[in-house]
Amino acid sequence: MIAHDIVVVGGGPAGMAAAVAAYDRGVNDVVILDREETMGGILRQCVHNGFGLHKLGRELTGPEYAAHYAAEVKKRGIRTLSETMVTSITPDLLVTATSTRGIQKIQARAVILAMGCRERARGALNICGTRPAGVYSAGTAQKLVNCEGYLVGKRVVILGSGDIGLIMARRMTLEGAKVAAVCEILPYSGGLKRNIVQCLEDYHIPLYLSTTVSEIHGNERLEGVTIAQVDENRRPKPETARFIPCDTLLLSCGLIPENELSRAAGVAIDRRTGGAAVDQFRQTSVPGIYACGNVLQVHDLVDYVSDEAEIAGRAAAARVLEEAPTGETVETEPGSGLRYVLPQRVMKTEEPVDLFLRVTRPFGKLKFVVKAGERVLATASRPVASPGEMERLRIPAGALTDGVEKIVVELEEEA
Amino acid sequence: MRYDVVIAGCGVIGAMTARELSRYDLKVCVLEKENDVSMGSSRANSGIIHGGYDPVPGTLKAEMNVKGVPLLYEAARELNVPHRQNGSMVCAFGAEEESAIKALYERGMKNGVKGLRLLKGAQARELEPSLSDKLTAALLVPNGGIISPYELTVAAIGNAMDNGVELKRNFEICRVIQEGDGFAVQSTDQEVVRGRIFVNAAGAFTDHIAKMLHDCDFTIIPRGGEYMILDKEVGNTVSRTIFQVPTKEGKGILVCPTAHGNLMTGPTAAEVPTTESRETTREGLDTVARLAKKSVPSVDFSKVITSFAGVRSSVAGGDFIIRLSKKVPGLIHLAAIDSPGLTSCVAIARRAVELAEQAGLKLTLKEGWDGTRPDPEAFRKMTDEEKDHFIKEHPDYGHIVCRCEGVSEGEIRAAVRTNPGALDVDGVKRRTRSGMGRCQGGFCGPYVMRLISEETGTPLEEITKCGGASRMICGGRIGEGAVK
Repeated sequence: MIAHDIVVVGGGPAGMAAAVAAYDRGVNDVVILDREETMGGILRQCVHNGFGLHKLGRELTGPEYAAHYAAEVKKRGIRTLSETMVTSITPDLLVTATSTRGIQKIQARAVILAMGCRERARGALNICGTRPAGVYSAGTAQKLVNCEGYLVGKRVVILGSGDIGLIMARRMTLEGAKVAAVCEILPYSGGLKRNIVQCLEDYHIPLYLSTTVSEIHGNERLEGVTIAQVDENRRPKPETARFIPCDTLLLSCGLIPENELSRAAGVAIDRRTGGAAVDQFRQTSVPGIYACGNVLQVHDLVDYVSDEAEIAGRAAAARVLEEAPTGETVETEPGSGLRYVLPQRVMKTEEPVDLFLRVTRPFGKLKFVVKAGERVLATASRPVASPGEMERLRIPAGALTDGVEKIVVELEEEA
Repeated sequence: MRYDVVIAGCGVIGAMTARELSRYDLKVCVLEKENDVSMGSSRANSGIIHGGYDPVPGTLKAEMNVKGVPLLYEAARELNVPHRQNGSMVCAFGAEEESAIKALYERGMKNGVKGLRLLKGAQARELEPSLSDKLTAALLVPNGGIISPYELTVAAIGNAMDNGVELKRNFEICRVIQEGDGFAVQSTDQEVVRGRIFVNAAGAFTDHIAKMLHDCDFTIIPRGGEYMILDKEVGNTVSRTIFQVPTKEGKGILVCPTAHGNLMTGPTAAEVPTTESRETTREGLDTVARLAKKSVPSVDFSKVITSFAGVRSSVAGGDFIIRLSKKVPGLIHLAAIDSPGLTSCVAIARRAVELAEQAGLKLTLKEGWDGTRPDPEAFRKMTDEEKDHFIKEHPDYGHIVCRCEGVSEGEIRAAVRTNPGALDVDGVKRRTRSGMGRCQGGFCGPYVMRLISEETGTPLEEITKCGGASRMICGGRIGEGAVK
């Protein structure tokens, strides 16, 4: 067994930014474990641009954004172990990892979870029909085209208008495939507005809202799908069903934080986010285990992943240096119209606290009100809000006084 | 060359028959029309070892089921197939169903099933706390179990091959003729295989094969069954196999853990258009969910990771057809093997060997026959220390390819190299579980394709999901095959 101050699980954008921040906060003994051949995580297959505008003030591709952080990691001499898969973490921070070198046990003083997320698969969507080749999650097709150099098919239907699906609609088109349709079961898209414009509208790819794939056809390779509009309970309306011939169905129907390791370590999971319940320092319910990036909550932009990872990295370092703040914590709660609020609990300190949240459906002009009982801690108005765009609110410094017992974020629609 | 025995079909019946025959000094060849074994009913079924209370006393089903249970447990141990004697329970809701399970109890006693017990609702819930409050009584079947049916088939034919049996895949029989005192079997690719005894174990196609020899007095009626598999996270919702009272359609919707620790629910029972129908339907899956909740209300269908449909090869009358042809010497029919066919497979295979002997086959025990097969999960069962040593000798076992199920590169390569080697993505999945977890191959799919390509020398573009035209890639290489 060996010992390290901080073990970071996952070397994607979250893991790398957390490691860098921990180092800069004063802990040199940081190691990043990643299961892939090189650091970078899913960014390695995201060859499109649009990364880094907020964080680095430059527009980069995914691999470039990853390379920026990989260089920062290298510059500091932070150790990285690739093709190393963490198989367990105990509540007392013993990390077990498997690699071609054998089974390694590492005793950590703090662990940062940065394992990312996975795509919802066909089975979970319960689409009926046959099980031919040609049904891929959008990210798998993206890896095959961008990393392996193979186009999975020539005539494509995409189910789900999440950002990966939108990006892949454009990518497949640019490589010569015909994208016949993008179907979204909801009455609105879950993707970023800019992706709908730049990936669908610019290429005249039709987006069918309130529409789903109701059946998959073909015995060996996919031969086509039945698409149908859905009723208010999201059930296909048979009278609207129509067949679209295609050899490929890409699924972009949501991302699920990958928390199997966290659960096994005893980390409490918030059902709303699918990630750990954390405080504003991104510490989970297990002392010394922190979480950041898409394993904590699914983000829209990698820039915000890096921000969040820095919070976790600094906090983990503070713990190792025995400088972590202590104090009473209070719970947060999403009011009506909000899917979740993160952090799920807040330690009362003098510092301002940023809350991250998502709405349940598109809203017009509205106001977020952060309340403790009847007391208003903060308000923020927005011209619009949509589930696809994460919102950030700030509780100002000094607002969390003794009387505060619970923080509720409410949404008020404005005429 | 002429084989002593040619077997049509490598489902569990064909595979197990091959294994039983491999004990003797015989030349045996198994013909399979698909790219892999276990591609029909043996792939998609409930994977249940049935206690033997259900078949009507005096039928072949009753006899084979009761004889088959201990034989199957023994074979599963020898072959290292994942299985568990978890026991079963048949649930009754109300007086009418209570008398139905009483009748099953009596039938079971007549069939010679040991250990059956009738329980009150509360007693049943004590054993299985997730059972519905509305349950009034249950039949407890201690010898019932669960087994991975496709791994059993793979292991049986693999062991038979290790003992000298030949397997020909992608051999779709289009013609069988009597030739001298034997048979000539021709494939759609014009290959001919000759044999003295011909075993018709073609599952859903047994009537089709029988017709080729003008000896068909039965018609297979394909009946579909739809299932849903749930995440291991909810795999312990029940510990036993929970049945409902059987009807003439089938054994009802069951809820059970699988041999690998997932939760399974299904099957529906509906006649389907063809023996190759594999579609799940909205109505079917809804029915599964609704009826599963009747026995076990807490089944969490938000945890479904996949659904599938299988086909039972039934006949009117309902009993197994296990016999020598009256018209064609040397022809053995093993047909209409629907439930409890899996449970009965070893008993049926042994009966087939007896029939072959009756048909004039001379049986001499083979020297050096080995009925065991190395455990494909041996690595996963090691302690961390053992794994560490093993990886130092075999580094590719330290490279985890399938993160959900924890499958290493070494195990995937072994699945391609070990009899009967996997040739496609689904074949690797059935042998290693790579791609069977919650991401359903989203992450490991491209790696698995690359490993199969390396091991078999097949170019990546030609790797299939399940043989035939099921290519994983059909848009070509970037910059070359792309459409302009």
